[in-house]
Amino acid sequence: MSERGQKLPSDVRVGVYVCHCGVNIAAVVDVRQVAQLARGLPGVVVARDYNYMCSDPGQELIRQDIRDYALNRIVVASCSPHLHEETFRHAAAAGGLNPYLVHMVNIREHVSWVHPDRERATEKACELVRAAVRRVVWHEPLEQARVSIHPDVLVVGGGIAGIHAALTLANAGKRVYLVERQPSIGGHMAMFDKTFPTLDCAACILTPKMSAVQAHPNITLWTLAEVTRVEGYVGNYEVEITRWPRYVREDLCSGCLKCIEACVYKDARFPDEFNLGLSKRKPIYLPFPQAVPQVPVIDPATCIQFKSGKCKKTCVEACGERGAIDLQAVPKVERVRVGSVILATGFQTFDPRRMPEYGYGIYPNVYTSLEVERLVNASGPTGGEIVLRDGRRPQSVGIIHCVGSRDRRHNPWCSRVCCMYSLKLAHLIRERTGAEVFNFYIDMRTPGKGFEEFYQRLLEEGVHFIRGRVAGVSDWALDPSEEGKLVLRVEDTLLGIVRRIPVDMVVLAVGLEPRSDAEELRRLFRVSCSAEGFFLERHPKLAPVSTFAEGVFVAGCCQGPKDIPDTVAQAGAAAAEALALIDRGSIEQEPNTAYVLADHCSACRTCVSLCPYSAISIVGGDGRPHAEINPALCKGCGTCVAACPSGSIRQHLFEDEQIVAEIEGILAGVAGG
Amino acid sequence: MAVTRTLRYQREADPEWTEWLRRQPGCEAFWECLQCGTCSGACPLSIYMDFTPRRVIALVREGFYRDALSCQTIWLCASCYACAVHCPRGIRITDLMYTLKREAIRRKVHPKGLPTPVLAQEFYRMVQRRGRNSEFWLVLRMALKSDPWALVRLARSGWRLLRAGRLSMRTEQIRQADQLRTMFAAAREGR
Amino acid sequence: MALRRYLYYPGCSLRGTGVAYDESLRECFRQLGLELVELEDWNCCGATSYMAIDEGAACVLSARVLALAQQQAPGVDLVAPCSACYLVLRKTEDYISRYPEIRSRVEASLRKAGLPVQIGVQVRHPLEVLWEDVGPEAIRKRVQRHWRGGRVACYYGCQAVRPYGEVDRPIRPTRLDELMEAVNVPVVDYSLRTRCCGGSLTGTIHEVGLRLNYILLKEAVRRGAEAIVTMCPLCQFNLDVFQNEMERQTGEPFDLPVLYFTQVLGWCLGAELEKLGLRHLIAGRDLVERWFVKERPVEAYV
Ligand SMILES: Cc1cc2nc3c(=O)[nH]c(=O)nc-3n(C[C@H](O)[C@H](O)[C@H](O)COP(=O)(O)OP(=O)(O)OC[C@H]3O[C@@H](n4cnc5c(N)ncnc54)[C@H](O)[C@@H]3O)c2cc1C
Ligand code: SF4
Ligand code: SF4
Repeated sequence: MSERGQKLPSDVRVGVYVCHCGVNIAAVVDVRQVAQLARGLPGVVVARDYNYMCSDPGQELIRQDIRDYALNRIVVASCSPHLHEETFRHAAAAGGLNPYLVHMVNIREHVSWVHPDRERATEKACELVRAAVRRVVWHEPLEQARVSIHPDVLVVGGGIAGIHAALTLANAGKRVYLVERQPSIGGHMAMFDKTFPTLDCAACILTPKMSAVQAHPNITLWTLAEVTRVEGYVGNYEVEITRWPRYVREDLCSGCLKCIEACVYKDARFPDEFNLGLSKRKPIYLPFPQAVPQVPVIDPATCIQFKSGKCKKTCVEACGERGAIDLQAVPKVERVRVGSVILATGFQTFDPRRMPEYGYGIYPNVYTSLEVERLVNASGPTGGEIVLRDGRRPQSVGIIHCVGSRDRRHNPWCSRVCCMYSLKLAHLIRERTGAEVFNFYIDMRTPGKGFEEFYQRLLEEGVHFIRGRVAGVSDWALDPSEEGKLVLRVEDTLLGIVRRIPVDMVVLAVGLEPRSDAEELRRLFRVSCSAEGFFLERHPKLAPVSTFAEGVFVAGCCQGPKDIPDTVAQAGAAAAEALALIDRGSIEQEPNTAYVLADHCSACRTCVSLCPYSAISIVGGDGRPHAEINPALCKGCGTCVAACPSGSIRQHLFEDEQIVAEIEGILAGVAGG
Repeated sequence: MAVTRTLRYQREADPEWTEWLRRQPGCEAFWECLQCGTCSGACPLSIYMDFTPRRVIALVREGFYRDALSCQTIWLCASCYACAVHCPRGIRITDLMYTLKREAIRRKVHPKGLPTPVLAQEFYRMVQRRGRNSEFWLVLRMALKSDPWALVRLARSGWRLLRAGRLSMRTEQIRQADQLRTMFAAAREGR
Repeated sequence: MALRRYLYYPGCSLRGTGVAYDESLRECFRQLGLELVELEDWNCCGATSYMAIDEGAACVLSARVLALAQQQAPGVDLVAPCSACYLVLRKTEDYISRYPEIRSRVEASLRKAGLPVQIGVQVRHPLEVLWEDVGPEAIRKRVQRHWRGGRVACYYGCQAVRPYGEVDRPIRPTRLDELMEAVNVPVVDYSLRTRCCGGSLTGTIHEVGLRLNYILLKEAVRRGAEAIVTMCPLCQFNLDVFQNEMERQTGEPFDLPVLYFTQVLGWCLGAELEKLGLRHLIAGRDLVERWFVKERPVEAYV
């Protein structure tokens, strides 16, 4: 191996640039010493250190040196290539050099930010630079492939995020497929009566957007549908969508709802999902009055015809000539080709049964906040009346913040919206029932526009704010005044006194968490998830809607808890990113792809099944069969390279010579030290 | 009317002591305390304490160890762990209380007149010597040392226990008490 | 049912005020074909007091118990019926594995005493053994007597279900209730089931200890319970012994039997009456007499 390292290509002229990154690097690493060392390395013609290499003058330094010194290899020792590899490749290209003759060394994240000791940090930086110089010598000019971007977009999830993104794209003239799992679009927002902090009516602002989706010529809306398969790559995704039967045909139904009326069940009997079981529905039902599409749905789990095959089918009768009811319907598979994808699958709320201390599921008058949203909703189970399960109107209500959130045993994060929606619910409850309302909070978080003002308003309305996390809810009465009530035991931390507060109703401000099936979606679209399970953005500040899968964007609460304003802003941003991609028409692909040495390949097929991107096929069937890699599909993961038993797969930018030289460079330092 | 003046000078705080405390087993996490008060709300004894458990944490975090070591709170703590299982940060408040108790006894700053530390020390001595505790003798010794009047009250329940065959006046002792003593000695050296 | 063997660590209380627990536990286990072999020369676990004085000594003390178990019957589980002993032993195991400083002190002491240093003893509470090794279904099938007593409040106390334990979930546990239901003993929904009885507080700060137990009894009565079922000698003691005194202080009558769950189970499984330690109970003697003893028990239920 070492003879490879010795046999330097004769004409290499390397330039090395060591960045201070202000004090980020220079405070820990002796950058001057690193440049000094570089100057003495074989092949190095010029080595410099500079305050900010990524700045215009910094880049100009590279361009100028390429001209002045006829450099043909560049090494930049600075930050992570994630951040600035593009920058320095551009600089080299501007100087007339093939951009792949540049190599970056990360002496910030890998050195100065993680090592406190100056001397040893400098030593490590030197070794990394030596390795990089040895490596870059073996770099070869590469050409980028271009792939074209299919202009259609897939949006997964029809909550406010998906709706807003779909409309933005459709209004820009793009074709959008909107896939929603539920029978109606609308997501969580459709469940609310009012929205904080302005208290505008949720339906009034959401329903027009929902109808617009339905009516838009550029949007294909599939409800009761799920993505079941994804293939392809940025610009050219092939997606398979399974549409579960509604048993009522959308193309024929007029939305008269006579079928529901006519159902053999005269009374609604089954827990209504949309009302979280607080009311009943029939086997054929419309999820909620403003549902889009306005088409009933049949639940085969409760419909007599599906259970026994012996129903009078009065619904079919009622529909009559239209014949919209189709009890024979079967799942249907749609296949579409899109260039980009927006994931907008939202969140689920924390299940408070996991915290028995709050008595949810044990005491009937303990509710989740989402249930109360339905209770206060004019089209909800009680027509907007706030009444308890036993029909009483509560005279005192306790709202417990942070249920399941900021809790190491459950969800350690802050769910961001609970303080605000608790204020909203406190206001609505007080307004409609005159009840005494207690808010139990740990920290009051009202950082949005107009939020603090809303808090102020609630303070003025006489709502109690008790700073303390409730330890437990029970029906244990210690005093006659507590008989028949739910008692909250809490330390009022501002008083430093433990209090017992009896109430009629407890509202649990349950937190927001990733949907339980987020992991499946993550795998389908090959995006990443953060430790909590939310979809991970490419960069928390600078690429907040991109993911690590190119052409796949995220919007709304599937990326992390947020309120409606932030969700809509993010959905707009995701749509804009998708539009930008479409407008470019094509993109360059990183040429770090693997390739097969056809002469050596024995067509053993080891690689074919291993490739996570299905990029490998066996070609040349009649003559000499061998593997071939589609560069447009290859992501450069290197799995096949490592797996090939005969070593016939290689990879650009990860050639054996390059890697071996890099390792030798590091080891040379160790041996020398 | 008597008024009291309450003011804490920052020089009274001892951050080094707080650091020391953090290194004690079971005390690693108190730095993460949210001051949410769940511990106090869950504690059945907080209503008798001079500082609620949450406030004890606030005191130790800020380094006001004198208050934390001389308060009654730690001697009212029954070690029931209610606080620990309810704390959203997984802080083992009970173990922290134990550490404060030990430190208070070591520095002899525990409140005088409370029988709890007396019981702990009597118990310790008895088991140190015999390997087992004999309830009757333990209670008797504690009462004699802290509040002889309590004997009158104890006599009543004692009589009831005696009748029910639950009061043994035997001193329990293990066979190899010397082995145990060797162990304590070895442990002291082995630290 | 195959005979299963366990090492048995009664602890100091079961030698004195908790003698009824000792007797009924042995009998109950015998009924279920579970053998208990008492650990030889066991010592006190140190309870809550030791930890308050010297943590190292506390760990050494309970480490000796664990090491004896390891020496006398390696691989056999150690049953600790006193919830305080149970927690202390488990906490010691946890501390030894987690804190090197404690481990080295403990190991030095064990080595000096010629006891095994590598300890792999599983410490278990009888409720855990009955639930996991026998199971409520198997117990239901072995019921011999039909319960004719009243409704009971199942009181778990604190230590057994706390952080170091595995008897049940720490908040709102249910296993004791389910076990009682398995033998047809009706239970009330007792929300104070894990609220601490104060432990030794009745002996030290008596008024406070008394009040804690008053609250527990009062709520049980309010719930419609006629007796309390316990699983810890200290809880049983506190709830049983001071009822007279509470009555004197509050004017409210209290006369509730405070039973060990092993007494109730044992009775339902057909144990010999004399072996359940019923004579050691103090409060609610009339009910105890009526429920357990008076009439001939209805034989062969099911
Ligand atoms: C009780 C409560 C009250 C709130 N009140 C307010 C308020 O007053 N003001 C405010 O600004 N914010 C409020 N919020 C926050 C608000 O709900 C969110 O900001 C908003 O709903 C996020 O929208 P979304 O589209 O990202 O997610 P969602 O509303 O959850 O929508 C996601 C959609 O995707 C669909 N979906 C999920 N998985 C799939 C899949 N695999 N395939 C296809 N479809 C899928 C779902 O069915 C759903 O329709 C509140 C939240 C809660 C819990
Ligand atoms: S419960 Fe935990 S976080 Fe809350 S105040 Fe107590 S110790 Fe701190
Ligand atoms: S362990 Fe002590 S501080 Fe914690 S809840 Fe129990 S009595 Fe209170």
